[in-house]
Amino acid sequence: MDLITTFFNIDVLRQAAPLLLRGFWLTILLGLTSLVISLSLGLVVVLIRLYAPKPIRFLAIAYIDLFRALPLLVLLILVYYALPFVGIRLSSFWAATAALSLVASAYMAETFRAGIEAVPRGQFEAAQTLGFSWPRMMADIILPQAMRLVVPPTTGVSIGLIKDTALASVVAMPDLLKQATQTQAFYANPSPLVGAALLYLILLLPLVRLVSVLEARQKRSR
Amino acid sequence: MSQNPASTSGTDPIITMRKVEKHYQNFHALRDVNLDVRRGEVIAIIGPSGSGKSTLIRCINRLETISSGEIVVDGAKVEEGKNLAFVRAEVGMVFQQFNLFPHMSVLRNVAIAPIRVRGIPKAEAEKRARQLLERVGLSDHVDKYPDQLSGGQQQRVAIARALAMEPLVLLFDEPTSALDPEMVGEVLDVMQSLAATGVTMLVVTHEMGFARRVADRVVFMEAGQIIEQGAPNDLFDNPQTDRARAFLSAIMHGD
Repeated sequence: MDLITTFFNIDVLRQAAPLLLRGFWLTILLGLTSLVISLSLGLVVVLIRLYAPKPIRFLAIAYIDLFRALPLLVLLILVYYALPFVGIRLSSFWAATAALSLVASAYMAETFRAGIEAVPRGQFEAAQTLGFSWPRMMADIILPQAMRLVVPPTTGVSIGLIKDTALASVVAMPDLLKQATQTQAFYANPSPLVGAALLYLILLLPLVRLVSVLEARQKRSR
Repeated sequence: MSQNPASTSGTDPIITMRKVEKHYQNFHALRDVNLDVRRGEVIAIIGPSGSGKSTLIRCINRLETISSGEIVVDGAKVEEGKNLAFVRAEVGMVFQQFNLFPHMSVLRNVAIAPIRVRGIPKAEAEKRARQLLERVGLSDHVDKYPDQLSGGQQQRVAIARALAMEPLVLLFDEPTSALDPEMVGEVLDVMQSLAATGVTMLVVTHEMGFARRVADRVVFMEAGQIIEQGAPNDLFDNPQTDRARAFLSAIMHGD
């Protein structure tokens, strides 16, 4: 058996393609859903973490610490296999979305915090002096500056999140990796796995490059 | 204008500070500060670094909280709650470091607060912003961003931004201290023309020439206390306290 027919078997790939693409689509959907939720949740958590009254602030700190410490795979299995015992039964898609969003939002919150804390105090004072209410100050003055600062690290966290969607195959979600392992077993040929790897690269390589470009641009504008 | 603070009792002062004390942990930043500011009055606050000048004006719009005593601005006690929004809308501030919003154009910097805080329609706020920028001599720079301007230009934008809220009182916290020497004049000129419009101004400054020329009253502070105050010519030419005399002779020799 030569290398080509083993790892890049065109016939197998052609037959597996519809399933792989369906899996790819699901991976993208899972990644985007979790991304939107974790960005919003991360923003809420960081604002509580920084500005809520003390007792509530500690809850946000506990949240951030907990979900950064807990392995994603463990959380995913807990959500999918343990929650049904208390009557919460999530589909594999929503179980994966929940686990991914909880963990990613904790990282997002910490990333955002670095950005908000990097905005000079004078910006807060100028806004307050002009009479801005707190929500308006955050929305118009502070967050736009903070978010600009954290675009590269936030993109980095997003890349990690999309990569971690592959873990969803563990809870029987027919994502890209799951489709690939199933078709590999069916055809007794590893080409679908190689195909899946290539699809992951097509999705993520541009994003990885983007982070580097953004970081370089930010360094130059300093 | 009358320059004797004792003679202001007839008109209600726009700012009253009574027995104001301010502590930072174990540092006593303001000690028994009492000050009445009349409407339209221009006050220069001078004194050595760390004497509490900036802290004093920062307490007026509650960028710093006071430990005890009372500050009243235009009838409203300065405290957390509803009054604070009122006070901050009436009191504008210009900072040493300008603190322009770097992600907004010059025009947006000046128009944003009227739009967001006062709810003025965008077109109207921008029209007014252009007028203000013209008044500070920056008509050609409305579409630039703060980092494209010199320090003196940035500070003039900051003054226009504060004016856009039509404040009754303007606080200046060492507005020329961060500027290159050749840009100090353009900012002082704008401030001097403002003083003539009747807006109440409290200016923390090291520019003694400006204080003498423009202020109605000069307040000398040291170690968190108001040591002496009076008309500029009186205080500069004939200081009554040793400390004011020592400070003034030190800076005059420094020149």
